[in-house]
Amino acid sequence: MTFEPNILSFCCNWCSYAGADLAGVSRFQYPPNIRIIRVMCSGRVEPAFILEALKNGADGVLVTGCHIRDCHYIEGNKNAEIRINNTKKALEKLGLDKRLRLEWVSASEGARFAEVVRDFTEEIKKLGQNPVKEVKINE
Amino acid sequence: MNDTETKSTETKSADVKSSDEKRVGVFVCECGVNIGGVVNTKAVADYVAALPGVKVTSVNKFTCSDSGQADIQQKIKEHNLNRVVVAACSPKTHEPTFRACIEEMGLNQYFLEFVNIRDHCSWIHMWEKEKATEKAKDLVRMGIERSKLLEPLEASEVPVNDTALVVGGGVAGMQAALDLGDMGFKVYLVEKEPSIGGRMARFDKVFPTNDCSICILGPKMVEVARNKNITIMSYSEVKEVEGFVGNFNVKIEHKSRYLDINMCTGCAKCSEVCPVEVPYDFNEGFGTRKAIYVSFPQAVPLRAVLDMENCIKCKACAKACERGAINYEMQPTYTDLNVGVIIAAVGFKTYDPEPRHDFGYGLYDNVITAMEFERLLNAAGPTGGHIVRPSDCKEPIRVGFVNCVGSRDKNTNIYCSGVCCMYTIKNAQLLKEKRPETDHTIMYIDIRTPFRGYEETYNRARNLGVKFLRGRPVEVKEDPTTKNICVRVEDTLAGEIRNLEFDLLVLATGVVPHEGINQIQQLLKLSKAADGLLMEAHPKLRPVDTTIDGVYLAGAASGPKDIPYAVSQGSACASRATILLKNRKAITEGITAVVDPDVCVGCGVCLPMCPFQAIKMDEKEKKANVMKALCKGCGTCVTACPTGALEQSHFKNSQILAQVKNVFKFPEVAA
Repeated sequence: MTFEPNILSFCCNWCSYAGADLAGVSRFQYPPNIRIIRVMCSGRVEPAFILEALKNGADGVLVTGCHIRDCHYIEGNKNAEIRINNTKKALEKLGLDKRLRLEWVSASEGARFAEVVRDFTEEIKKLGQNPVKEVKINE
Repeated sequence: MNDTETKSTETKSADVKSSDEKRVGVFVCECGVNIGGVVNTKAVADYVAALPGVKVTSVNKFTCSDSGQADIQQKIKEHNLNRVVVAACSPKTHEPTFRACIEEMGLNQYFLEFVNIRDHCSWIHMWEKEKATEKAKDLVRMGIERSKLLEPLEASEVPVNDTALVVGGGVAGMQAALDLGDMGFKVYLVEKEPSIGGRMARFDKVFPTNDCSICILGPKMVEVARNKNITIMSYSEVKEVEGFVGNFNVKIEHKSRYLDINMCTGCAKCSEVCPVEVPYDFNEGFGTRKAIYVSFPQAVPLRAVLDMENCIKCKACAKACERGAINYEMQPTYTDLNVGVIIAAVGFKTYDPEPRHDFGYGLYDNVITAMEFERLLNAAGPTGGHIVRPSDCKEPIRVGFVNCVGSRDKNTNIYCSGVCCMYTIKNAQLLKEKRPETDHTIMYIDIRTPFRGYEETYNRARNLGVKFLRGRPVEVKEDPTTKNICVRVEDTLAGEIRNLEFDLLVLATGVVPHEGINQIQQLLKLSKAADGLLMEAHPKLRPVDTTIDGVYLAGAASGPKDIPYAVSQGSACASRATILLKNRKAITEGITAVVDPDVCVGCGVCLPMCPFQAIKMDEKEKKANVMKALCKGCGTCVTACPTGALEQSHFKNSQILAQVKNVFKFPEVAA
């Protein structure tokens, strides 16, 4: 059986959640491995959420927000960028950094949202199961 | 102080609620076949019915319908529900509907959890029904877990300043300003050009009635100037926007005209003596204007402007000006406005075929754009209304028109600009009427003539003898001696290649966003669509609203439009804005950051996180304090707080983590 990864995504309410909606309205098909959590701003995504997700069965975490300069809250996405990069650095030590990705998707980029999800799903498929999850299962 | 009061009531009610049993009702919508055709909604409802806290589940064909909402209300009553999960379409469109529905039953509107199983599930996994059903189960389970932790919130009311700002003095913006002014509201109309009027002021005649454009627009421009409630700020631009619905602080820059607008009478004596001639932009570069000039004879305000870039400072104009209005040292000035609503009617520009040399434009003299044709046709234009070709100023006999230049083309813009078929037909017709000996061929992909009188205009042109050829030129060349334009085109209806020779070729250039659109988009925090134009809140049901409360869109800035459509949108914006201006209050989301003073150590990490300066440090108590009226509820500060003293209401850590932890169920977690 091929490995079907679990992917969790945080989408900001104003751009990327609307972008995901547009992907739906446009019927752009993408793999069903992803589950979306809506937050008001990508700046709300705490590193703890990402770690909890990786602990609780996610093989990959995709954080999406408005493009730089387009943030509904002026620069929440800039803060998100700093935090996600720092989280990535921390995850690097655990060998998990490739399982976290930050992407900017605007409300009009339905096609791009679908493309990002397809691409990330493929990448996580190649990486295989999250080792943290394996430990958990073996317990 | 108010904050602590609200906080205490919140904690109190939260305490009461947490001791209460959570009674969740789950309503799964089939959305006709949109969801039901892919996701097994019955299986989803059966699965979640067994989850802890779920008291009742229901599947509806259309949960948003009257009967669907009645079902929710009835089940709230029957099962004494205190949390409602609706699994349906997008909260972006339907959350307000269901919030109102549960509020009617006495539940706090924030006890609604909305799960998107259509846009984020059934529509994107159309051929993977089983996987889509499993995904829907996961999404609903996440929603149920989150719903149990939701807390009641109150939406807050903010006062609305009953003044409006209209950005853009084209026909859409003028209409919005006039309607608001006539209703008695103060309006500031900001226009970046020296005169209001916009693109319509440059058209010769307008379809389908072939009215003279400036003859119907001119009186409207004067009406705007006369309206006591409207202040025109011409040659001005919006530089800064701060604040929120009801209370926007806007900085306007008044570019320097290098003359006192209150002294100038628009007599144009300065232009008469000015020795500098530059291509006349109003005439699309045909003919010349002076370095000091009145932009066009019907300009409002009728005032001169000095183009400093081309001025040689000979001071001839200063000597000629009887009123001494000219001031070469004049600097830009600024006005700070406080307005309740903003209407963005920022307009468009026509596609520029020059860089790509579409159909030989820019290479061959006798290939021109429709806007250039329009100015040539105009009695006040550079040729006094005579169509002549640029190479030898002779009147052309054989005129070719190419439609869809910069529209319906993968290499430029894929969308249809909507107006080009009609204006091309109009242009051909006008020239044919003026000079019956001329011969016209319109090369088109499809002719699109929706709306009243448009098809009739098309028929009239056919009857006049205008030829329509279905095909797109594949090759355009210039005859080096005659400067005639040779076009190779496939007549796709006849199925044959035609080689045609024209004296003049006119390109029907499409509608594209102008350079200033990015600036206004970023200032107002608007969204842009894939075509580069601004995006409305909902394409069908909220066509002039934006996702920003109190900001509206009119005219071609949000998609190509003809004049009646743009005017209707101007009026629509005025009407939407009046809801706020008249009520003088707006309801804002209850979602904000909240400080727990017992946990806050006053470290101040949160302060620079907030771009709205909504967090203040109480220096005495060493506690952060959130000003609810300023907080927009993004939650960026919450993420930064090292102690967990800050929380974002409705998106608390516990609420988000409930989703995170329940998204991928694990047997050992469940155990």
